[in-house]
Amino acid sequence: MKLKTSITSIALGVVLAALGVCALVESPSAAPAPPALLLNAAGATFPYPIYSKWFTEYNRIHPDIQINYNSIGSGGGIRQLQAGTVDFGASDAPMTDQQLSQNKVPVLHFPTVLGAVVPTYNIEGVNQDLNFTGEALANIFIGKITKWNDPALASINSGIKLPGTDIVVVHRSDGSGTSFVWTDYLSKVSKDWETKVGRNTSVNWPVGLGGKGNEGVTGLVKQTPGAIGYVELVYAVQNKLPYGQVKNSAGAFVKANLAGVTAAAASESKRMPADFRVSITNASGKAAYPICSFTYLLIPTKIDDPAKKNAIKDFLHWMLTDGQNDAESLSYARLPKDVVAREIKAIAQIN
Amino acid sequence: MASAPITVERVGFSRRTRQFIQQLRHGDEVAHLITLLAASSIIVVTVMLVYQLYINSALPRHKFGFGFFVGRTWDPVSGDFGALPFIYGTVASSALALLVAVPLGVGAAIFLSELAPSRISNSLTFVIELLAAVPSVIYGLLGIFILVPVLRKVVEPFLKSTLGFLFLFQGPMYGVGMLAGGLVLAVMIVPFIISVSREVLLAVPVEQREAALALGATKWESTWQVVVPFARVGIMASVFLALARALGETMAVTMVIGNDPKISASLFAPAYSIAAVIANEFTEATGDLYLQALIELGLVLFLLTILINGLARLVIIATTQKGTQAQ
Repeated sequence: MKLKTSITSIALGVVLAALGVCALVESPSAAPAPPALLLNAAGATFPYPIYSKWFTEYNRIHPDIQINYNSIGSGGGIRQLQAGTVDFGASDAPMTDQQLSQNKVPVLHFPTVLGAVVPTYNIEGVNQDLNFTGEALANIFIGKITKWNDPALASINSGIKLPGTDIVVVHRSDGSGTSFVWTDYLSKVSKDWETKVGRNTSVNWPVGLGGKGNEGVTGLVKQTPGAIGYVELVYAVQNKLPYGQVKNSAGAFVKANLAGVTAAAASESKRMPADFRVSITNASGKAAYPICSFTYLLIPTKIDDPAKKNAIKDFLHWMLTDGQNDAESLSYARLPKDVVAREIKAIAQIN
Repeated sequence: MASAPITVERVGFSRRTRQFIQQLRHGDEVAHLITLLAASSIIVVTVMLVYQLYINSALPRHKFGFGFFVGRTWDPVSGDFGALPFIYGTVASSALALLVAVPLGVGAAIFLSELAPSRISNSLTFVIELLAAVPSVIYGLLGIFILVPVLRKVVEPFLKSTLGFLFLFQGPMYGVGMLAGGLVLAVMIVPFIISVSREVLLAVPVEQREAALALGATKWESTWQVVVPFARVGIMASVFLALARALGETMAVTMVIGNDPKISASLFAPAYSIAAVIANEFTEATGDLYLQALIELGLVLFLLTILINGLARLVIIATTQKGTQAQ
């Protein structure tokens, strides 16, 4: 008897729960017209805030098109694109030739916005912005410079009294586009770094502690006296972290800001290849901030469904024109004008 | 086989079939099938898991062979992968956690089951079970904001000045590192040890205690020399459950262990664990060899767990045959 009652109540519960789920699923999509077209995308986490804003806003203008973005990381985005489980991908670092050759359909790179990476530090008694050269940063991260009052640092920071404390290096422990840009820059300015460590989303760090994510690195730097780490500019600005000026290839010490990042991209745009796969770290030009990069949408050149194809092409066009105006409010650097012009031409390659 | 008396006699069915139908009617056979299905699903999942890990780690298995287990470099740029620093970090941090958590957990369980008034015991047990349900990222956050600064400013300098002659307590003090990882793990697994051990101790028959007391033992003598040995197997089981949790813990460990794949003797030095590196690097691992090396690490962690659980079984078998029978 007791058993029967409990079975009945369980069955009742299951039915009620199912009804509830149905109601939950149905009510939001039933009220507005159901989207005629759903696009799936996946990839980089760094541009997620602006992508999510773009996709929401684009959906507001075109209620029949909904873009679903999963910020699972660049690696995951590339893999899902190759497997054909998403309509397009997103990545911080451009795909390598080997990765491109594994695609059934050729893939186009569309730069969307720019991001920068800044050195942040915690030195007791130092409140001014420190100056860094690429060489000095590489030597700190390789373990050759171990004290803050090292002559290599003291000579470029005259007027600041640097203590003789140990430098504690902090790097990202998770694979990330931020690490890629940072190691790409260090590889360009230091032969030593390039041969011993190299560039990647995660590398075999010679020294230091690993923090998970921007927040992990920041937490360690803030807590550890004498620490130096690197974080995205967006993150440093929003959390009011101190960050240093870096000497660019023209010899000027530049403090990272959005204009400096766009300037770096503009100065490199002439030697940019047709497929936009280019590293813009250590860019030339007096105003250019040297540690920055594009982040990309990865679009297949051939899209079978004509409705999807037109939607993607239209979205790209909107993103490159109206969409760019959203960048600065979210602390991303907008694309230089001539890059936008070239990308708009490249949209025609999708068919 | 439970044999129900057979009353239905029909021509054309064999005895076995009739028996089966009979049992089907009583529900025995149905229950048997359903529970069998439940049990075999576990085997199926395990086999599928190992198969997938094995298949998807073909590249590094062929390239490095056994060298994967003893390699000490983890270099995604040059494609050179070795698991030893991660194996060391996983085992050492879990061992350190057990070293702290077992005396604490068993001690607390003895107090709760034997010595504390039942009102206190019940309310404390409720709190402990709450602790077991706290998500690990919360433990990690507490670790990074509370434990790590205390370790760096107070505990590690103290250990260095008093026990600094030992290789365990040398080198620079960052706060994060093996010691922090082990301690956070210890805090996380203590609730499991207390909760299970307390149940086991409570299950020891009252007669055992009464017999000891009747022979003139004090309360503590009866607890330590009769009740605890009686419950030994169960207590050990709680420890191994906790160990399994510690080996596979990801989030809390990666937040405080320092994430540096090096093998250092010092507890102050940063280290890395298998679960942590997989979680950290999987999303952005783009090359095939790199990705598969991470999957092979998953296989290694699986093997490590099997090995340690196997040893645990052996310990339990050896001690039950020798000592008092439990339950």
